[in-house]
Amino acid sequence: MADNALLDIKNLRIEATVYPPGEDPQDVVIVDDVSLQLEKGKVLGLIGESGAGKSTIGLSSMGYGRGGVRITGGEVILNGTDILTGGVRGLRKVRGKEVCYVAQSAAAAFNPAHKLMDQVIEAAIEHGVASRAEARKRAVTLFGKLGLPDPEHIGQRYPHQVSGGQLQRVMTAMALCSQPDLIVFDEPTTALDVTTQIDVLAAIKEAIRDTGVAALYITHDLAVVAQVSDHIMVLRNGKKVEYGTAEQIINDPHEEYTRALVSVRSIAHEEKKPTETPILSVKHVTASYGGGITVLKDVSVDIHEGQTLAVVGESGSGKSTMARAITGLLPPSEGEITFDGRTLSRRLDQRTKNDLRELQMIYQMADVAMNPRQTVATIIGRPLEFYFGLRGKERDRRIGELLDEIEMGTGFADRYPAELSGGQKQRVCIARALAAKPKLIICDEVTSALDPLVADGILKLLLNLQKIENVAYLFITHDLATVRAIADSIAVMFQGKVVRYGPKSQVLSPPFDDYTDLLLSSVPEMQIGWLEKALANRKMESAGN
Amino acid sequence: MIKRIPLAALIGLFFTALYFFAAIFAPLIAPYGMAEVVGDVWEPASAQHWLGTDNIGRDLLTRMIYGGRTTIFIATAATILSFSLGAVLGFTAAVLGGWADQFLSRVVDLVMSIPSLILALVILSVTPVTVPVLVVIMGLLDSTRVFRLARAVAVDINVMDYVEAAKLRGEGRRWIIFREILPNALSPLVAEMGLRFIFMVLFISTLSFLGLGVQPPMADWGGIVKENKDGIVYGIGAALWPAVAIATLAISVNLVADWVLNRTTSLKGGRGG
Repeated sequence: MADNALLDIKNLRIEATVYPPGEDPQDVVIVDDVSLQLEKGKVLGLIGESGAGKSTIGLSSMGYGRGGVRITGGEVILNGTDILTGGVRGLRKVRGKEVCYVAQSAAAAFNPAHKLMDQVIEAAIEHGVASRAEARKRAVTLFGKLGLPDPEHIGQRYPHQVSGGQLQRVMTAMALCSQPDLIVFDEPTTALDVTTQIDVLAAIKEAIRDTGVAALYITHDLAVVAQVSDHIMVLRNGKKVEYGTAEQIINDPHEEYTRALVSVRSIAHEEKKPTETPILSVKHVTASYGGGITVLKDVSVDIHEGQTLAVVGESGSGKSTMARAITGLLPPSEGEITFDGRTLSRRLDQRTKNDLRELQMIYQMADVAMNPRQTVATIIGRPLEFYFGLRGKERDRRIGELLDEIEMGTGFADRYPAELSGGQKQRVCIARALAAKPKLIICDEVTSALDPLVADGILKLLLNLQKIENVAYLFITHDLATVRAIADSIAVMFQGKVVRYGPKSQVLSPPFDDYTDLLLSSVPEMQIGWLEKALANRKMESAGN
Repeated sequence: MIKRIPLAALIGLFFTALYFFAAIFAPLIAPYGMAEVVGDVWEPASAQHWLGTDNIGRDLLTRMIYGGRTTIFIATAATILSFSLGAVLGFTAAVLGGWADQFLSRVVDLVMSIPSLILALVILSVTPVTVPVLVVIMGLLDSTRVFRLARAVAVDINVMDYVEAAKLRGEGRRWIIFREILPNALSPLVAEMGLRFIFMVLFISTLSFLGLGVQPPMADWGGIVKENKDGIVYGIGAALWPAVAIATLAISVNLVADWVLNRTTSLKGGRGG
């Protein structure tokens, strides 16, 4: 295999200098002795959690290191030459011609001041691969191949005039336009809704097949990578864990860590029967932001004591707005919300302290949900002080209890949020909510920003705490796997309306309405060939088109 | 701990400390009395008079030390006033929003549209010129600039999830302003404080030079320039010493401010790193 390899990375070592607060700078190894080979026309999936070094390896195949990152060892041989020794001039010849890059956030990667077409063909013209007219023609063909609407004219639009899914496809066209030998896809579908992701995924897969380009496909989602890759390399902490064909990794993983990744989200949760009277009842609520756009239309749902209602939908479906309406941050214009038998005031500042205490909230981004200048003890201790008047020893004892409940221990009390990992931060936020002894916690995409294994831990913790504290959850998410894992009942939202609502078993079993069907069928499954099957059975076009 | 302090900050700390020390203990350090005439007019530097004497024969070093005391005291007091007032009002405007924010911001715009030196001169010409009056006028005029900065910083912080979490908890405005916003707004404010302090020194010196600041026989740096400016024509540099003092103080205070800023941003839990 070694002889006809297009890309041959040997013993790659990448280091960076970190500046830990209050300590001397340290050199850390980001990628440690990783070797990989890629043949022409093949796709290699790089998978791992954040910090695994997958993006760093991907960029190194273009001879690039992000700010502060140094390639300190190994070779990157592309088409027979070591690109690391070619200097800046050598790299300039390679980048955009032999190897192209598709970034995670196309919206941030396009220049908003230029038309799409000019940006798509720029590299091809710059490298003399094609004349302007030829490049334009090729771009239009690629637009069509990638399933973009109106391929003849879409290039005349500006980046903000097309949707996120379309922009990601335009970026793929840009990478393909100069006919490179290798494309590096860096999480190209991670920022997209599931129903859009499936389209982009299909378009990328087809384009790779048709053009015979080789690709490095970087993602944290094993189910996604299984759809497009021939081989998969699993990375962890900058080291190779396992390498094999896609089929072997999915169906017969050898390493413990890979097995954990494959079987993630395997929490089994028995649906509970609804109680007589719901703890929170949202009746015919309509809400709008200033400017007269109604984001929430006549929404009615119930949440029962000690149970979980999952609200599912894509971005813009109004699920977070529902949370804001319930908390009073966005007073609803119509409808009524009753909580524990009493009617809640619409506005936050008119609610009693007890209303506020019994209804807590956990945020998506734990980083910004905690004051960076407060210690864990202050963060968790404040609700104790504020609602129960606990002080001194009493308060410290309760903080210790709460830290034990979230499986962290009292050693963390004096730490600042910056000294915690992503999962620990979210746990502290859970403890802060629990400190108030609430009856309902609104969880707004609490696991979306976390790595799969860490997210799994958080979900297990939440389910455990529900058993102990008998607290109800309103769980907002776009991730159906999460919903399956923890919900008792489900509300599916689409364009500000609840389109399907009921107990989990009922919502997730046929017959489906068209939207729920689309949503359910778009969730990638850990199965080779799922993508083709899913596309073949579709009834409704996704909004991204 | 000491070895962690960079050299620039050490130099800054040394000179700042020296100036403040001299200001506080002026009567103990100064070789002569403040308004005591001890020699001839504009004597050159000698063993008795390290910096020479001034336009009526007072010891210039003594005048400089007492002058520093006045100048630094007024500048410090005015800075404290302008920061407390500007920051509290700025945070309040950001947290309240709506018409309160509009009202405060427009009033500040109005005051800022008039050059502060001219406004100060107009006010001082109709009020008795005493040290408290000077401090209040300078503090009030300068608080508009602090207000703008504090409001801009607080508007950003006010939309963070942790502030929303505090509001959902039912916290009052005091807690939100002083416990959630203030600690996170300190870094830019501290940096601004070093700069504003120096502007205060220049401001009071300018006022005194124009005769509407500190009144004789009290010494202050602006006044010393005024008293000795005629000597420059004869090649006598007495008027330049206050300039040297202001320059070194300005540089050293800002070296300290830079260091504090660096430290607070890289502190545990600091923003950025």
